[in-house]
Amino acid sequence: MSRVRVLVGTRKGAFVLTSDATRERWDIGGPHFGGWEIYHLKGSPADPDRLYASQSSGWFGQLIQRSNDGGKTWEAVGNKFVYDGVPGTHLWYDGTSRPWEFARVWHLEPSLTDPDMVYAGVQDAALFRSMDGGQTWQELPGLRRHDSAPSWQPGAGGMCLHTILVDPSHPGRIFIAISAAGVFRTDDGGKTWRPINRGLRSEQIPDPTAEVGHCVHRIAMHPSRPRVLFMQKHWDVMRSDDAGESWQEISGNLPTDFGFPIDVHAHEPETIYVVPIKSDSEHFLPDGRLRVYRSRTGGHEWEALTRGLPQRDCYVNVLRDAMAVDSLDPCGVYFGTTGGQVYASADAGDSWAPIVRDLPSVVSVEVQTLS
Amino acid sequence: MIRVVLPAHLRTLARVDGEAKLHVEGQATQRSVLDALEAAYPMLRGTIRDQVTQQRRAFVRFFACEQDLSHEPPDAPLPDAVLTGAEPLLVVGAMAGGG
Repeated sequence: MSRVRVLVGTRKGAFVLTSDATRERWDIGGPHFGGWEIYHLKGSPADPDRLYASQSSGWFGQLIQRSNDGGKTWEAVGNKFVYDGVPGTHLWYDGTSRPWEFARVWHLEPSLTDPDMVYAGVQDAALFRSMDGGQTWQELPGLRRHDSAPSWQPGAGGMCLHTILVDPSHPGRIFIAISAAGVFRTDDGGKTWRPINRGLRSEQIPDPTAEVGHCVHRIAMHPSRPRVLFMQKHWDVMRSDDAGESWQEISGNLPTDFGFPIDVHAHEPETIYVVPIKSDSEHFLPDGRLRVYRSRTGGHEWEALTRGLPQRDCYVNVLRDAMAVDSLDPCGVYFGTTGGQVYASADAGDSWAPIVRDLPSVVSVEVQTLS
Repeated sequence: MIRVVLPAHLRTLARVDGEAKLHVEGQATQRSVLDALEAAYPMLRGTIRDQVTQQRRAFVRFFACEQDLSHEPPDAPLPDAVLTGAEPLLVVGAMAGGG
């Protein structure tokens, strides 16, 4: 029988939540790395018991942890992230130039086929890769050497490379997103990159349709249709049907189009989920109601999903990496909040129940469907 | 034998119960003690000092014999009481509060 493993990164440690396929009773494992910020943890598609975790602390810096037994035990592996060559400069919040400086790993993306290969998206924005199970890390410097890099600026959370999408059907193609530079694509395995932000409009920058400078919060794809991308931008929900060459707004009837996560149903490539947040100056839910919005039409038309979610006095946020889906049928949808709740739906979002209510503030949620 | 007291998070990380006890070749200085510590516990690399610049992380301090040694040159000899093992070198996470 299938099982589900939910990997939860929080401000004060990691938790591993497990259930059988009914997704009704959950075992809560952890905390692992208690007291440390766990920005992200994710399992290898090629070996589901191989997990990687980003562990960091303002005191002691960045660590990478690896598990070979599905999160029961962990070992610290390599944590030396050194930019290739002279780091150069990007723009600071006030528009002055500032040297690139490593702060933390935001996102770990294991290879689809090799358990020892894993990408790391870091702050200040760069893409690193390990080919030896996380022991050593090398930057893919072509991204940061793009002509536009000196003009990249941080978003409020720092200048982070937070999303890495590996195209399963196009060898060498990777999409990444940076706050607040935008989306970039490589077609040659990371040697060269180009910005793919045509169609985005951001009123917070001097030229609203600039080639770079957009605060993209998250992008998602369905593996069966990797040319179709969905985006939650700072404001605006967008889609691309041509691998990022152009984008169209699909916010439609959302109550607000500000938000962080976006994800795609495991079996319905036109069914997508977002969590609208009131505004960029408030960063909590509109009207004190926790509502996931689902579109079954690839955008434009959205329905509020509320059954089982608090509909009064709720002022949490859901961060960009804190939503995921399983691949069971019906599809399970999961998200974590800054209030420490992890909610699950075993019916594609029609109804929800908390797996756990009182964790530390949730930063990331990933799901593994195990056979 | 040099005794090093690590902050709780680093004891957990290094799986050290109590003090770390190190044999240091030659003159015991901050640098040589940290070299020995990181050789014995490789998972501590980068947590106390930068792996490239070797600079102490901003929120980490070094105390011994009721003195703050954080700003001593890394190659300065440690106090005699640390060299003889009578006193430990304390690696301390700054009392910085926060969330």
